[in-house]
Amino acid sequence: MRNGVVADTAQQADQPVAVGRLQAKFGDIDFAPAELMSSDDKRRGQISVRVPVEKLEAVMRFLRDDRECAFDMLVDVTCIDYLDYPGATDRFGVTYSLLSLAHNRRLWVKCFVNDPDPEVPTMTGIWKGADWPEREVYDLFGVRFAGHPDLRRIMTWEGFGSHPLRKEYPLEGRGERENYPVFTRRSA
Amino acid sequence: MGVSDARSGATVGTTGEPFVATTRLDRLVQMIRKYGINWARKYSLWPMPFGTACCAIELMATAASRFDVARFGAEAMRFSPRQSDVLICAGRVPIKLMPVLQRIYIQMTEPKWVISMGACASTGGVFNTYAVVQGIDQFIPVDVYVPGCPPRPEQLLEGIMAIQRIVEQEGVTRSVDRLGLKLTV
Repeated sequence: MRNGVVADTAQQADQPVAVGRLQAKFGDIDFAPAELMSSDDKRRGQISVRVPVEKLEAVMRFLRDDRECAFDMLVDVTCIDYLDYPGATDRFGVTYSLLSLAHNRRLWVKCFVNDPDPEVPTMTGIWKGADWPEREVYDLFGVRFAGHPDLRRIMTWEGFGSHPLRKEYPLEGRGERENYPVFTRRSA
Repeated sequence: MGVSDARSGATVGTTGEPFVATTRLDRLVQMIRKYGINWARKYSLWPMPFGTACCAIELMATAASRFDVARFGAEAMRFSPRQSDVLICAGRVPIKLMPVLQRIYIQMTEPKWVISMGACASTGGVFNTYAVVQGIDQFIPVDVYVPGCPPRPEQLLEGIMAIQRIVEQEGVTRSVDRLGLKLTV
């Protein structure tokens, strides 16, 4: 066990560096930093912050370029559908998982958008690796990414027509798995 | 058309043309054509492995030394459908994979048989979701279903032996002739 890593994690749990930098830079935003997994006995230092959609691009660019934050890696882009979730006020929570390779720190950025036209700015201009994760979120949740260079479906096929990870989508689908040409012994 | 008892003097399965036995030599030829050729054919099945999930692990175990599908003459696994007789679909098939499976089935030359191995290939199994085909027999013809999740190698061997029984009884008929053919043991 390397002492440096453990000490750094403990320090981060008490005073997250990135959150302090964000609050100093963007004083008008309520980031509402919270532990990613609420656990009383074990603080992991995994912090999520909330960012309004109109400030998302500026905040993300700051998080990458600021030397104290230096989140140079976008690990993943994913989404949560808060339909019928107790206490939820917004529908879709687009979640960005950031990693700073220099500081060995992680940060999760959440951005809430709503029906009927959920749209967030693309991160492909900041992290090039956002391309395919954003296509996946678009495919499965129907959240559009404004400015994305190639916003096509990536998991399901063209013409699928639905966004299957939305909560109102039935698990068995809407007939997509039955609607396919049949080969018999005579036709094959 | 197709198979009937050789002693009745009706058609036999090797080529499908009418064959009326008149002499004892004719009857011998008839027996060889029905039983000899089919006997040779059933021990030379070349499988086309279409392994997509954990069933493929059991398929590989079946081909390996402990269970040794070579004892049944089906050890020549060909990854080219042009060289294969038996399509073994081992594992779940998503809808995006269905065109691939159908293309492979079409590319296989006659005569050809299909084994649907495991619960997923046969019924969709536990994957009752929008993405997974609920049984490949909805979209391609299937001759033998091997139950299990995944089936043990012995069960797959029994499935291959079932194909062997089909080969022995049906012979070299075209697939279209096997449609609606009532087998008698």
